[in-house]
Amino acid sequence: MKPFAFARPGDVAEAVREVAAEPNAVFLAGGTNLVDHLRLGVARPELVVDVRTLTSREITDLDDGGLRLGAASTNSEVAADRRVWERYPVLAQALLAGATGQLRNMATTGGNPLQRTRCPYFQDVTTPCNKREPGTGCSAVGGYVRYHAILGTPGALPDPTAPETCIATHPSDMAVALAALDARVHTIGPAGVRTIPFVDLHRLPGDDPSRDTVLEHGELITAIDLPPLPEGTRSAYRKVRDRASYAFALVSVAAVVDDGDVRIALGGVAHKPWRASRAEEILRGGPLTEHAVRAAMDAELAAAQPQPGVESGNGFKIPLVARTVAATLRGLTEEQP
Amino acid sequence: MDADITLRVDGEARRLTVDTRTSLLDALRERLGNTSPKKGCDHGQCGACTILLDGQRALSCLALAVAHDGAEITTADGLARDGELHPVQRAFLERDAFQCGYCTPGQVCSAVGVIEEFAQGWPSHVTEDLTADPEMTHDEVAERMSGNLCRCAAYVNITPAVQDAAAQR
Amino acid sequence: MTDLLEPRAIGQALVRRDGEAKVRGTATYAYETPVEDPAYCHPVQATIARGRVTAVDTTAAAALDGVLRILTPFDAERLASTEDAEYAVLQSPEIAFRGQLVGVVIAETSEVARQAADAVVVTYAEQEHDSTLAVDRDDLYAPEQVNAGHETDTAEGDVAAAMATAEVSIERTYSTAMYHNNPLEPHATTALWDADAQFLTLWDSTQGVHPDRAAVCEVFGLDQEQVRVVCPYVGGGFGSKGRPHANVMLAAMAARALPGRPVKLALTRQQMFFLAGYRTPTIQQLQLAADRRGRLQAIAIDVVEQTSRIKEFAEQTGVPTRMMYAAPNRRSTHRLAALDVPVPSWFRAPGECPGMFGPEVAMDELAEELGIDPVELRIRNEPEVDPETKKPWSSRNLVRCLREGAERFGWADRPRGRRDGDWLVGYGVASSVYPTMRQATSTATLRFEDGRYVAEIGAADLGTGAWTILPQITADALDVDVADVEVRIGDTRYPTASVAGGSSGTNTWGSALVVAARAFRDKFGGSPADGDEVSGDVDQAAKDDAHAPYAFGAQFVEARVHADTGEIRLPRLLGVFGVGRVVNPRTARSQLIGGMTMGLSMALHENSVWDPRIGQVANHDLAEYHITVNADVGEIEALWIDEHDPYVNVMGTKGIGEIGITGTAAAVVNAVHAATGVRVRDLPVTLDKLLPGLP
Repeated sequence: MKPFAFARPGDVAEAVREVAAEPNAVFLAGGTNLVDHLRLGVARPELVVDVRTLTSREITDLDDGGLRLGAASTNSEVAADRRVWERYPVLAQALLAGATGQLRNMATTGGNPLQRTRCPYFQDVTTPCNKREPGTGCSAVGGYVRYHAILGTPGALPDPTAPETCIATHPSDMAVALAALDARVHTIGPAGVRTIPFVDLHRLPGDDPSRDTVLEHGELITAIDLPPLPEGTRSAYRKVRDRASYAFALVSVAAVVDDGDVRIALGGVAHKPWRASRAEEILRGGPLTEHAVRAAMDAELAAAQPQPGVESGNGFKIPLVARTVAATLRGLTEEQP
Repeated sequence: MDADITLRVDGEARRLTVDTRTSLLDALRERLGNTSPKKGCDHGQCGACTILLDGQRALSCLALAVAHDGAEITTADGLARDGELHPVQRAFLERDAFQCGYCTPGQVCSAVGVIEEFAQGWPSHVTEDLTADPEMTHDEVAERMSGNLCRCAAYVNITPAVQDAAAQR
Repeated sequence: MTDLLEPRAIGQALVRRDGEAKVRGTATYAYETPVEDPAYCHPVQATIARGRVTAVDTTAAAALDGVLRILTPFDAERLASTEDAEYAVLQSPEIAFRGQLVGVVIAETSEVARQAADAVVVTYAEQEHDSTLAVDRDDLYAPEQVNAGHETDTAEGDVAAAMATAEVSIERTYSTAMYHNNPLEPHATTALWDADAQFLTLWDSTQGVHPDRAAVCEVFGLDQEQVRVVCPYVGGGFGSKGRPHANVMLAAMAARALPGRPVKLALTRQQMFFLAGYRTPTIQQLQLAADRRGRLQAIAIDVVEQTSRIKEFAEQTGVPTRMMYAAPNRRSTHRLAALDVPVPSWFRAPGECPGMFGPEVAMDELAEELGIDPVELRIRNEPEVDPETKKPWSSRNLVRCLREGAERFGWADRPRGRRDGDWLVGYGVASSVYPTMRQATSTATLRFEDGRYVAEIGAADLGTGAWTILPQITADALDVDVADVEVRIGDTRYPTASVAGGSSGTNTWGSALVVAARAFRDKFGGSPADGDEVSGDVDQAAKDDAHAPYAFGAQFVEARVHADTGEIRLPRLLGVFGVGRVVNPRTARSQLIGGMTMGLSMALHENSVWDPRIGQVANHDLAEYHITVNADVGEIEALWIDEHDPYVNVMGTKGIGEIGITGTAAAVVNAVHAATGVRVRDLPVTLDKLLPGLP
């Protein structure tokens, strides 16, 4: 654990300036992932800039009927907000399915989506990892891949020595719900403020697996907006994991359904929260029968690449995610009066 | 790099110098000699370091001490006031809700937080109707206490101990 | 045959004496020992699985402010004995497994120690390593004996002939995973070397202060009088703290490098996956032959498991098969692969825990094949005498446990593939067993002091309840109120005690305490004077060799499997045990449910996933190595039958720390099979293994 300077600036603008000025500076909010990485040696900053009390902690109604989550609001606070229960149950459920009470009391709206992969090779600084140390290769390919991606991967058998190879998944539950809700992310950075559609916040590994998101250095999330949903919209989050609690998702599903429209986001299957756009398109306007959903998911998963590895790889995720989507949508349509 | 901070620990203001890298857990254990919160994993994966931080349960291993200058901290030791055990602690004794005792101070702090979260009407992963007041059923308590691993596996005693203590509130 | 102690304090559900300190967090564990001006250690580990260290560059690390010492294989003190290769820390540049200790930094703060350890640059000459366990390896070998001194192989009759001619036979391969003990308190030591007095003090987290001291004395060439080990509380061990591991030697070495200054060394959670022992994975090939009525004609188990290249540990997995059920033809074998892996060791019920998995699933498969109730199948194969030694049982109440458990669990009306909403429901059963042991050495002193009886013995309480129950035994032996008895444990200043292992603590230390108490009464009568003192040895207690002493039990499990996702929930576990007399029902129940819950954890969650490419456990932390959490646990009930065994010891106790974990995983597999029709033969039972069989 390398020494670092610590700063707690007076406001957001100053925080952005401080981080922007130091190439090896990071923002600190709840700390639940960053402090973990400092100790592992995964994060080795020169400067840590504490923004926990700088951004808004409020959850406020928007004029369009949506909701704004201040970046400093904690995961517990958002999950305990009546407006979230009533309008966006998928988000409350995702938050409550994630981590533990203690962690949710610390983790923030701005920080949660920026947590990094739980790939064990990424977290172990003694093994090569393109995400942690670009160009060193990917130790996960052919290794322990139970929690790894099946979608958006470079190919059937990625080259573990190639600098672009990464089969990590994004571990956040909250992010999967936000992807399904078409949330918008407000940021402030050296180049000013901007708003990013949540589905575009995270990226696929592409040619640079070290970058999880499109955020620039020094760009800070200030709030996340939840757009209004049509009257009668139903939503749910379903997480499948190896323990009943306190475990990362093998797969998870966030589904938002209203008359004729369905939005599906998947967790545990890709480098980013995965919007099942193909399946959505096929299902749009039609009845959500078991048969239709299975067919739509078959189409969505046609390009899936199960990863071989120790303990027979992660091919099980293909049927598992299809079954979980079907069960989740069944639950939502059966709820209909 | 060092920093001077003040922590209010179990009701007492303590000034100390910490490395910027020092966690709240190490500040308590190695700088202030308060070893009530335990180090089980140092990565937020076991819950043994749970304290009440500004009134809410939190993991002291994942909090940098320097970022919590001025914080109010209660450890399991501080829950026992004037030699009187907290109702949660009494319930743990009565239910034999521990064996080796290493996860226990964290369980106790977590339980105090859980009881307060119920009182605030917070739902959990197993709450069927998010908008209804949650009931303190076995499944509700077990889910909310799942952030505290117990390797001796006293879970079937921990859950009723938390329910017993809550009933006394 | 012994007249058992008349129970007065024994049998009372007293609250733990150490309870208040534990719920407040004021009980002091090894690392927490308050000492003046401690220094902090952080180990350096090898990042190759086989080869040698060619150089260690400590320049950058040593230059850091606050670094006090750095020890490497090239400059560490030479140990008096390197016979035990696990303990020969920093004695040679050879690397036998990834994660092996190659250095330690001692610094003013824990932060600097860790930073400096990261800054130590080790260069290696790497060799190809081999860490893959398989039944078809050509280098498997038969160890001279297996753990606890059991024979490697046994055979009686002709299994092959019985298999060939039997009306029904099954032949299956089962496997258990690699498991890490993971006590919540990491292995930790506070150590102080007084150079003038040539005296070493270790506040160590150990299941036995005396065995710990003996190992340290041997390695460092010190006399017993030169070493004190103190350990009032142990934050769990489950076998991993039964013998010291390399970290204890490293802490002692660090202390000796910094005389007069106490040093603290705690393994990180990640380091515990390399350095603190583990249970070997096992591959169990089972053969059962039976007639149509379910009478076993043959039972055989051939076990393949691993050990490390530098130190042998042979888990006695085949041992319970030797005595569990009647059958005229029997065989058991153990073969080991010596690999470039960390050193395996004890983990709760070594032998019986994995060894009651394969056979108890096989019995379920046989019952299914025969169309016989699996409870009934077990009852039909109840042996009159111990099939292994031919001795009569000291007491064997397996049948009572099975019948009573079946009755209470609602076994007769058990669901088979019943669907309840989204969930498939099934029940399963398995037997439990654990040998009743008593160690050969342990001494207690008993003194009358300020109107109270004070006993001293170097015993350990790792959550088992020794602080509480040893006074209960002593009080009854003295015929006094338990409040008038104090028992002090956990210090080599007290008389020698055996390790808290093999479920033998109460049997052994209790026997010594009873000997001492009786000698005390003989010598001083009912009105002793202040300072009156005697000691008693376990070897003065009556010992029976004519009977086979075992505890038995039956475990019942309800499994629910989600029809869409394969998620597994176990809402109900029931164990009924015959464990002799129970000293304290409150702490005994905790031990039994704790064992059963750990068995649940083994069945569904635990799995140290070996990555043979790099030679390490891939999931080496508590986020990825899953142990059961509170939400995984529903109703778990542990009951015991009233059992009077006059042969085991004067308390009539059989030991309860380990039997709870035996058989549980098999009962879970059998219940999941009843729910889904899918037979999982390789632990853990995870949803991916069930998906192909779901509707």
